[in-house]
Amino acid sequence: MIPACRLADLPRGEAHRLDIDPPVSVFHTDDGELFAIDDTCTHQDASLADGWLEGCEVECPLHASKFDLRTGAVDAPPAKLPVRTHEVVVEDGTVYVRLSTDAPNLPPCVTARLAGGPA
Amino acid sequence: MVGASLAGLSAARSLRKQGFDGRLVVIGDELHRPYDRPPLSKEFLAGTLGEAELALEAQDEDLGAEWLLGARATGLDHARRAVRLADGREVRADGFVIATGAAARALPGSAGLAGVHTLRTLDDARALRDELARGGRLVVIGAGFVGAEVASTAYALGIDVTVVEAAPTPLAGPLGETMGAVVSALHTDHGVRLVCGVGVKGLSGEERVDAVLLEDGRSIPADIVVVGVGARPNVEWLEGSGIALDNGVKCGADGRTSLAGVVAVGDCANWYDPRAGHHRRVEHWTGARERPDAAVAALLAGGAVEPGVPRPPYFWSDQYGVRIQFAGHAAGADSVTVEAGSADGRDVLAVYRRAGDPVAVLGMNQPRLFMRWRKQLAATAS
Repeated sequence: MIPACRLADLPRGEAHRLDIDPPVSVFHTDDGELFAIDDTCTHQDASLADGWLEGCEVECPLHASKFDLRTGAVDAPPAKLPVRTHEVVVEDGTVYVRLSTDAPNLPPCVTARLAGGPA
Repeated sequence: MVGASLAGLSAARSLRKQGFDGRLVVIGDELHRPYDRPPLSKEFLAGTLGEAELALEAQDEDLGAEWLLGARATGLDHARRAVRLADGREVRADGFVIATGAAARALPGSAGLAGVHTLRTLDDARALRDELARGGRLVVIGAGFVGAEVASTAYALGIDVTVVEAAPTPLAGPLGETMGAVVSALHTDHGVRLVCGVGVKGLSGEERVDAVLLEDGRSIPADIVVVGVGARPNVEWLEGSGIALDNGVKCGADGRTSLAGVVAVGDCANWYDPRAGHHRRVEHWTGARERPDAAVAALLAGGAVEPGVPRPPYFWSDQYGVRIQFAGHAAGADSVTVEAGSADGRDVLAVYRRAGDPVAVLGMNQPRLFMRWRKQLAATAS
């Protein structure tokens, strides 16, 4: 498990990005639920932590694809693939993330960067 | 459904989502299934994104629609509830969604001259990409968003680029004078020549263009010319149908037209904006994506639903590695304040206000702050 942040430091309606590779974000919904998903939109290199959080959905800050925080599913293009979801655990006021072992669906430009190609 | 691009596809999705299970025919004048146009001036033109990745439909998506592609609509016969096609066929229906989009304006007198391009469709983009791959000197006429993105992409491909703009400040319409100047300075930052405040008199060349002639007598040598001088709504086919046309199809705040059972969405539709108190034709990707939901609800309910307040219009542009985002309406603002970053640093977050109230926001490489302001704009608006 990876410690993400103190729960007290993550108000409702906010997100916290873990700068791991690939980055993961923890969202605290207005209803008080916590979810963790891959931070990078599957369409293009954009941080979903910067997105528009509404209910259990986050809308990509660039091109308006919405991801369901519970399942990772995307509602409509331009993004076509889901993001991975990760398990969130809160212990003693600290938010932890247990990373998924699935392969991430990263956008083409980020996949190229991770593979050592041109960004 | 007349129109098979983003607005048409979004309307088809909305129809199914809202429970319409009847026969659905989608008519498109291009041969391609719905594809995403924004990358055509960027990643697709640069060669980093292929055609398969432009597809707007998910692989397992099935809307249960009949697609009539490569079929151009030539008329609407409202009394007989029929759309006529160029090949003589006719499609009859109980309801119609008009989503025929807009077409790139051409430069008068440029027809038939090789090396002269507009950029709107996938076929346009293929032709321009192939030509840019051969290199040469590029002149872009019009420093709007399409022109600026083509210039940026061509610059990155190592091509010598000049941008010509008739207005003294590029992008002054959408962004205002001050920020239009800031954003268009990205060209000169990168050594792309920007010639403003002078109109184009014509093009020279026999079979192939060799120069762009300016009204002040200058001549700019060119091997390739891209004309990016805006778009006009594709509504000529509706003339004589009885539908009200005024800068596109004139619509209410829910996309309903003057004809019962006919709604219009996307670039061809001039919707009434209740906040502004007048009609606005918005040519943004996000409008084509979001508005069909309301139009389809109105179509299915026969207009019995109260349309919600739409979010402030939003668009983005990527130029020279800078992500430009804009939401709201710059026209009518009486002040523009830099809230973060700086104009010179090309990382500005600027807020437009009228009488102290925010009416628009511009961000350059400021996605997080931009989203905060965009949400605030939407909250103020509703």
